[in-house]
Amino acid sequence: MINSGDILETIDMIQNENLDIRTVTMGISLLDCIDSDIDKACDKVYDKITKYAKDLIPVCEEIEKEYGIPIVNKRISVTPVAMLAAACQTSNIVKFALALERAANTVGVNFIGGYSALVHKGFAAGDYALIESIPEALSVTEHVCSSVNIGSTKTGLNMDAVLKMGKTIKKCAEVTADRNCIGAAKLVVFCNAPEDNPFMAGAFHGAGEPDCVINVGVSGPGVVRTALQKSEGLDITGVADLVKRTAFKITRMGQLVATEASKRLCVPFGIVDLSLAPTPAIGDSVANILEEMGLESCGAAGTTACLALLNDAVKKGGVMASSHVGGLSGAFIPVSEDAGMIKAAEKGILTIEKLEAMTAVCSVGLDMIIIPGDTHEDVISGIIADEAAIGMVNFKTTAVRLIPAIGKTVGDTLSFGGLLGQGPVMKVNTASPSKFIHRGGQLPAPMQALKN
Amino acid sequence: MRAVITVIGKDMVGILAKVSGICSDCNVNVIEVTQSVLQDMFAMIMLSDISDCSVPFAEFSDKMKALGDELGLSIHVMHEDIFNSMHRI
Repeated sequence: MINSGDILETIDMIQNENLDIRTVTMGISLLDCIDSDIDKACDKVYDKITKYAKDLIPVCEEIEKEYGIPIVNKRISVTPVAMLAAACQTSNIVKFALALERAANTVGVNFIGGYSALVHKGFAAGDYALIESIPEALSVTEHVCSSVNIGSTKTGLNMDAVLKMGKTIKKCAEVTADRNCIGAAKLVVFCNAPEDNPFMAGAFHGAGEPDCVINVGVSGPGVVRTALQKSEGLDITGVADLVKRTAFKITRMGQLVATEASKRLCVPFGIVDLSLAPTPAIGDSVANILEEMGLESCGAAGTTACLALLNDAVKKGGVMASSHVGGLSGAFIPVSEDAGMIKAAEKGILTIEKLEAMTAVCSVGLDMIIIPGDTHEDVISGIIADEAAIGMVNFKTTAVRLIPAIGKTVGDTLSFGGLLGQGPVMKVNTASPSKFIHRGGQLPAPMQALKN
Repeated sequence: MRAVITVIGKDMVGILAKVSGICSDCNVNVIEVTQSVLQDMFAMIMLSDISDCSVPFAEFSDKMKALGDELGLSIHVMHEDIFNSMHRI
């Protein structure tokens, strides 16, 4: 029989330390739904999603019950809608968002991602129309998430898109100002976007992916923190080893659920995303792990180093536990979704500049950061350009998900509720980058791109 | 298929009898039992064979949970594989 200490440890992780499967995301290709008549295309989209994902929720619930492990989110990602929009003879492509929303409601998922465009080297047919329609699409739907990839290491940065996305983020917040600017929280601007990411709001089903696939995102900041708490007096190598061991266990569970879900749904298994994704629940915080390593508060000097260690150890521990690793894989630092980050930001210890430095070593980027509602759109574009440059040069995914809190300013709080959490409006450097942002053009790819 | 039943809570008379009573009602064979008292807390772990369980797994698990709620104990029924995958390479 299995060691009883191990059994109790697993139960403890689930009961007291918020261990869960953060998301089971079904990726569905919509390439065969393309039609020049948008209404026909929307019908095909709805039919395909509801057919493929009809058992997603029941199967996940069955697995939850049998293994006793909560699966917090069940989601769907689809082919970037701009590829479908390219074929349509209309500019009103919000219909696609409405079709996705209807499908999401029918199958019961809590988010559907893929209202996306990939414009890292320029705009193709459909891309402009899609980006223009994002604010309306996110305002008239509840479950649809959008993302735009504006750069990559191989291509450099599309600065015309950077300019456009600054405006788009602001517009998304404005049109949903009556609902806590929620529109901006469902939009991610990427550099080096992965094609198999199961996490929202940035999930989409890349063109190189199979027809349908199951991707799983694991989580467990609480487990890592508790493990560290129980082990006083370790040197930093010991800390890294402990994180690795814990990440291994968490990921094995993700792999088990992924394999089981894929078998029961008769859909190929794609990847496990090795992530530490915090939630606003007390104890389920990445910031608290960094503090457990010995910082007075997240944001203090030493934060970037601790996060670098954490991010690396999570990957090293997880990679052996899963047959296919992908997605974003690493530690997330979404401010409004992490109780420790919220606290540090409220105290003014955690600033946007520090977060920017942290994104060079974490798995994604400036995530769920609430900024003053009157922040100029060019400043938002400037932040996107900085963040994308970090991703481009370091061959990693970076993203920007900023929420301009319309009508609010530094010192106020914006609350979304649920997993998206709440947070203080953070101070932004308002010096203008307008001339740079309005130059447009393509920022050339760095030398790192020339690997062949 | 084998499941692990864990019972954690304050020690009292008849825990084992009540839990194994449900197992017997549902035609679940108990293979192995270990129990210990950790810091005044009672911890029992049962390995059981649920291949011939007379009710669906979810119902069996719900019955155990209901018993746990009634006695003020935490009772979980989980597929053996979750422990195997987490703790064995």
